[in-house]
Amino acid sequence: MPTDIDRHEVQRLLGAGAQLVDVMPKAEWDHSHIVGSVHLPLKKLAELAPERLDPSRAVITSCYDSL
Amino acid sequence: MSPRAAWRLERLGFTDTYDYVGSKMDWIGDGLPFEGTLAEQPRLSTLADPDVPTCGIDETVADARSRLGQWDLTLVVAGPQRVVLGLVRAEALGLEDTRPLVGVMQEGPSTYRPHVTAEEMSKNLKNRPAPYVVVTTLSGQLLGVARPDAIHAAARGNGG
Repeated sequence: MPTDIDRHEVQRLLGAGAQLVDVMPKAEWDHSHIVGSVHLPLKKLAELAPERLDPSRAVITSCYDSL
Repeated sequence: MSPRAAWRLERLGFTDTYDYVGSKMDWIGDGLPFEGTLAEQPRLSTLADPDVPTCGIDETVADARSRLGQWDLTLVVAGPQRVVLGLVRAEALGLEDTRPLVGVMQEGPSTYRPHVTAEEMSKNLKNRPAPYVVVTTLSGQLLGVARPDAIHAAARGNGG
């Protein structure tokens, strides 16, 4: 079960080698994204995740906001 | 959207998954680094002067007056994080030296986040004029104060 985390935990996990995934569409990604994040739009997640992400490392998902 | 993605990743075999609940707007709103076209526009984070004078809530009118320098306001902040509690305009500092700032400050002044663009803020100021714009993180931590003239100039330079 995925764990809900805040920005402090995000920073800690990134420091420990986690992967941060932005699942927004391309236009949103082009507008702004967190430095170091990987762009995997939700609609292509299943297709791209196996080749773009390392399953041995933690993965953090992120979108626009909490809504 | 990100909770669905986290669950989907688990189903794909990623066993150590997390959902950043606040996501991008929480990150950017806290002044943390980001990229993209928004980052290339003049924003409050780049227009705010961090050297605005500050005082603690237990200090006095005399303390605030001594730090004004060229400024016409001081912010009342708490703790090492400088969380903004109030604002004191220079006019209020004509009171007796020993008057506690807590009694003269404007409680809970309006604050804006660092990612707000000059263009957005300029439009906002045209609708709701203000002598200065206090910029804080989502947590209330003071980043600085931006002047309307600087905001309007930056907006014009950006086509606003």
